[in-house]
Amino acid sequence: MALPSHITKAATPGTPSRQPVYALVGNPNCGKSTLFNALTGLKQKVGNYPGVTVERKIGTAYTQHGHPLTIIDLPGTYSLAARSPDEAVTRDVLLGRRADTAMPDRIVCIVDATNLERNLYLVHQILDLGRPVILVLNMMDLARAAGLDIRVARLEKELGIPVISCEAAKGKGVIDLKLAMSRPDLPLSRHAWAVPTAIASAVAELQASLQDSDKKPPLIARAEALLLLTDQDSVRVAGSNPLSKRTQEILHTWEQRWETEGTDWAGALVNARYDAIGELTAEVVRTGNLNTGPSINDRIDGFATHPVWGWIILGSIMSAMFLSIFTLAGIPMGWIESLMALLSEGVGNLIPPGELHNLLIDGGLAGIEGVIIFLPQILILFLFIGLLESTGYMARAAFIMDRLMSKVGLNGRSFIPLLGSYACAIPGIMAARTIEQPKDRLVTILVAPFMSCSARLPVYLLLIAALVPTSEVPVATKVGLMLLMYALGTFGAFGFAWLFKKTLLRSAPPLMIMELPPYRLPRMRDVFMQMAERAGLFVKRAGTIIFALSIVLWFLANYPKVPAGQPDTDPLAYSLAGRAGHALEPMIAPLGFDWRIGIGLVQSFAAREVFNSSMSVIFAVEQSGDENADTGHLRDAIRAAKRPDGTVLFTPLVCLNLMVFYVFAMQCISTLAVVKRETNSWKWPLFQLGYMTGFAWLLCLAVYQIGRALGF
Amino acid sequence: MSALVKLSELAINQPATIREFPKTGVAFTRLKEMGLLIGTPVKLVRIAPMGDPIEIKVRGYSLTLRKSEAADILVEPVTAS
Repeated sequence: MALPSHITKAATPGTPSRQPVYALVGNPNCGKSTLFNALTGLKQKVGNYPGVTVERKIGTAYTQHGHPLTIIDLPGTYSLAARSPDEAVTRDVLLGRRADTAMPDRIVCIVDATNLERNLYLVHQILDLGRPVILVLNMMDLARAAGLDIRVARLEKELGIPVISCEAAKGKGVIDLKLAMSRPDLPLSRHAWAVPTAIASAVAELQASLQDSDKKPPLIARAEALLLLTDQDSVRVAGSNPLSKRTQEILHTWEQRWETEGTDWAGALVNARYDAIGELTAEVVRTGNLNTGPSINDRIDGFATHPVWGWIILGSIMSAMFLSIFTLAGIPMGWIESLMALLSEGVGNLIPPGELHNLLIDGGLAGIEGVIIFLPQILILFLFIGLLESTGYMARAAFIMDRLMSKVGLNGRSFIPLLGSYACAIPGIMAARTIEQPKDRLVTILVAPFMSCSARLPVYLLLIAALVPTSEVPVATKVGLMLLMYALGTFGAFGFAWLFKKTLLRSAPPLMIMELPPYRLPRMRDVFMQMAERAGLFVKRAGTIIFALSIVLWFLANYPKVPAGQPDTDPLAYSLAGRAGHALEPMIAPLGFDWRIGIGLVQSFAAREVFNSSMSVIFAVEQSGDENADTGHLRDAIRAAKRPDGTVLFTPLVCLNLMVFYVFAMQCISTLAVVKRETNSWKWPLFQLGYMTGFAWLLCLAVYQIGRALGF
Repeated sequence: MSALVKLSELAINQPATIREFPKTGVAFTRLKEMGLLIGTPVKLVRIAPMGDPIEIKVRGYSLTLRKSEAADILVEPVTAS
């Protein structure tokens, strides 16, 4: 709901009265993101909660009168009793436990109207917080279609809070919600329910302790007391204040007592809530003409999870995804290349030949191209991931893949982060936070970079092009080589996951408790917004590093200059980059790599695709005077490269071995930085750097030495 | 009252009612919170292509869990009268 700028501008800066801050909460798959996007449009800020990598989304919505409303979109959860870091953030923000985020003044709870009972469980917990709540019944059209008649006015009366009927995907009800949100006075719920007698005194004792020792306001203290009895406060994340000793002791004493008595305290509490919800839904939901026959959903699932069709469909979708990345992405990539070539020419004509000319074209423009050239691939991959999530198929993929993942001790949820890592390990690793058990999450993070990411793709493409000449070899050979690299990485990931689950990170096999949401038509606006967000994050996080490093690279490869009077000295060998490559040569010579490849390997730590620009700089520098040695000619340049003894440097074995090295080695500082943030210590990224690169070195040593012995 | 069977071994599409549910364990607390309580009607809808996990229908939505957890939940098949 964009308003004319003169209205919004007048209200935005320095409005004296503080606007209420809203939290938006709901179960996963209830349409929360769609509602958040509909409310805030493009006025969103995406960041992280300090210390944890849970995404923090804050947006601004404008009321009908142009007043801004701040909305915090909290991670989706089924309960405030957190089981993952994401859910812990939702719980902690709502309870005011986080120092970095002020406790929201008001709460918008969104529920899926087709699935009211389970959705209301979270609402029931939230009503205990004693803050104004607006309840949004989303997907009312689907509920009606399913034969559910929900009497909104009755629900409003029973709960004593505003209840908004909504179809977020169509934008219906959003205005009503905004009107409710801009009300200066929102009532508190008058819904009362009976805490089971068996645990009532424990709740009272905990509440008193939370008020006295933890300085909580009375209602929050009661809500926390109730929560502690189902949560045991097992998931703690950085940035959240710990409980006082006294409260912990009281909790512990009661739990021990109940255990000896055989009281199912958590069960009693959950039962009491569901009893209250059952009474409520009996009042407000009429299921007169419920459609009982097999739904469209069941029919689709009959195919999508069929023992034969299921695999065919999963395989087809994955193949379509890869084919799109390989073929479709090539078109805009060609445009980018032509555009950059035009730009280089233009700049080249404007600026006279010299150092500045070289810096701008070989350093600056090449660096920019090195960043944006990957956007088509990343956008296509996130288009697919977005579509799969938005339609509900992603959960089916996890359902089908769970058994396979369980063989290596993970669960189907790891499939999504690992699949995402095919585009880039960074979003893949970030997606791992939906894995509930910390050890399983860590295993997934540790092996995710084995999945061949889009940054390796140009390296593979270059090396395959150098390995097999286009004219002589059918395309199928190239595709086969490419698939082999993807397969190697995938097996590596699974093998090490199995190993880690057996040894280092030994833990019970994870659970697979997951909702299979109904199939829905994708909401393209949400998909596109996510694509734009991911592309933006790539440009910001990886792009700046890639760009900065290609400039640094250019300097390293060009300075210091060979002093005048030494015409026989190779300028690159004399440069800093050449010296680093030389220093590395004794270590990589047994793998068939020389110092020039060494430079590429060192520079790949910025990001693997830097290898290509590094090679183009190296060989352009070597053939100084030949200004046409741009990326288009890179393949020919490396195929022509010779060792000092005159033999070909990039033999088929060296090309293949180099690809194997790129499959397994950890060569991406951006990934390491993300892993550091995800695991909150340098221990795991350093371990990852060591074990992956060490394994790559050993494997390449074996490949090269055996290959040589066999006469290749 | 008909004999209790494990939820993991329930016949496909056979309506049943949950009769016994483990008291402790994080998995079971979360399952309770997602609406699987003693007395709740459930139905086993399908088994994943590789034999595990299973999909059940409970309170109008679809939920997957592994057979290892489902084996600890005992249900009573509802006989059509």
